[in-house]
Amino acid sequence: MNFETFSTTSSFIQRLDARIKLLSSLALIIVISVCRTFPTASAGLTVAIVLVLTAKLEPWLVFRRLMLVNGFVLFLWFTLPLTYPGETAFNLGPLGISREGIALAALISIKTNAAVLVLISLIATSSVAALGQALVQLKMPIKLCLLLLFSYRYIFVIHQEYLRLVRAARLRCFKAGTNMHTYRTTGYLFGMTLVKSHHRAHRVRQAMVLRGFQGQFRSLCESQLGKNEVGFSLLILTVVAALITVEIISRFQS
Amino acid sequence: MIAPPLIELESLSFSYTGSQSPVLDRINLTLQHQQQLGLIGPNGCGKTTLFHCIMGLLKPQSGSIRFKGNEISEVEDFFTLRKEIGMLFQDADDQLFSPTVIEDVAFGPLNLGARPKAALEVAHKTLTDLGLDHLEDRVTHHLSGGEKKLVSLATILSMQPRALFLDEPTNNLDPETRERLIDIIARLGLGFIIISHDYDFLAATCVDLAGMEAGRIVPADHSALHTHHHVHPHGTHPHKHGDH
Repeated sequence: MNFETFSTTSSFIQRLDARIKLLSSLALIIVISVCRTFPTASAGLTVAIVLVLTAKLEPWLVFRRLMLVNGFVLFLWFTLPLTYPGETAFNLGPLGISREGIALAALISIKTNAAVLVLISLIATSSVAALGQALVQLKMPIKLCLLLLFSYRYIFVIHQEYLRLVRAARLRCFKAGTNMHTYRTTGYLFGMTLVKSHHRAHRVRQAMVLRGFQGQFRSLCESQLGKNEVGFSLLILTVVAALITVEIISRFQS
Repeated sequence: MIAPPLIELESLSFSYTGSQSPVLDRINLTLQHQQQLGLIGPNGCGKTTLFHCIMGLLKPQSGSIRFKGNEISEVEDFFTLRKEIGMLFQDADDQLFSPTVIEDVAFGPLNLGARPKAALEVAHKTLTDLGLDHLEDRVTHHLSGGEKKLVSLATILSMQPRALFLDEPTNNLDPETRERLIDIIARLGLGFIIISHDYDFLAATCVDLAGMEAGRIVPADHSALHTHHHVHPHGTHPHKHGDH
């Protein structure tokens, strides 16, 4: 398991403070997701592509991640043109394909890809640890931030514990099938993983308490916002303002 | 005036709720400053429970714990004890939870109120002293088992304790890391209690030895004779057992 595919490539965007990246992506994604016209959506997609290029990410990996999302988008293309009310663009045998349905599916596809690319370029380029720390600094609820950080730290350990149990079952000739024995065994495996994780959480807490933990994380990095961060924020603000202007103008024209 | 011992246990008993037989049965034990004590005994004889009781993670049903001559029972009392006694857990994954090694080593000093810069310095120094400074920016869960064990020792040493409690430190260690650990412990010159059933490891690190059986402390020679079943497939250094 590796979640941090993109956070290791060194680039201008990767080095930016995670707080700025979180806020910038939030602003961009809000505008992209509420826009209703093609010019804005396309402009948003262009911005997202520029961001991905600036982040110097492996194009093949970005493409693979996009395909994952577009699997869901594909369903919209199967259903929307057939079901959306509107003028018939052409007939496919007995089925009428709606012009508005195609337009809507296209708009959603553009917006989805734009939003995902923004996330890949701005969020995935920070390590989970940095994001967790940034969320704490942005005054998000501390419990949720700790939940994120600890889930990330221990998901590997829990996964390994689960694999150890699966291996132990396989070594005793367990083969999954469609029967009660399989269901029961799978239940035991999950249940045991849960119990073990609970015990582990307990021990981790004990170890933390012994080292003086009292519910508050003290940050090691006193991160400061530099010139790059200020410049990038101003740039994103300008882009967001431009996108909003484009949206207003296009709505008036249509 | 002689300074009171670091730890003094008197008739300490503990049993888990719902269990008939006590895990710790009227334990009397004294650890002097700088004393290096090995505790040997079979699985389930209460060794880990003993550590947890002294550190205040479990509350004994009866008996007393004295730390530098003062009886401790309240949560606040244990804070002072935890500052001076560092405990190494059996499973290093329980101890290392921070994303990177340096953050984990700096966690204790930060909790003790150190400024980030000072905490970073002490963490860096601790890692350098142990020869682990090349691991500083590594992600904790990507370390090897041996590295994890040594780094978790560093997370405790960075709090500059006066004594150590080591719970089965050699479990799952390769011979090389094991030798390195023996070396480090000898160099530290701190007092400690080491729990282990690795007799040779205790013989190499401890001055005193005690045994534990069914929740009681027993004289070491008795217990050692009963637990000393090891063989030497790689007998490169000839040694006699028990002559430490």
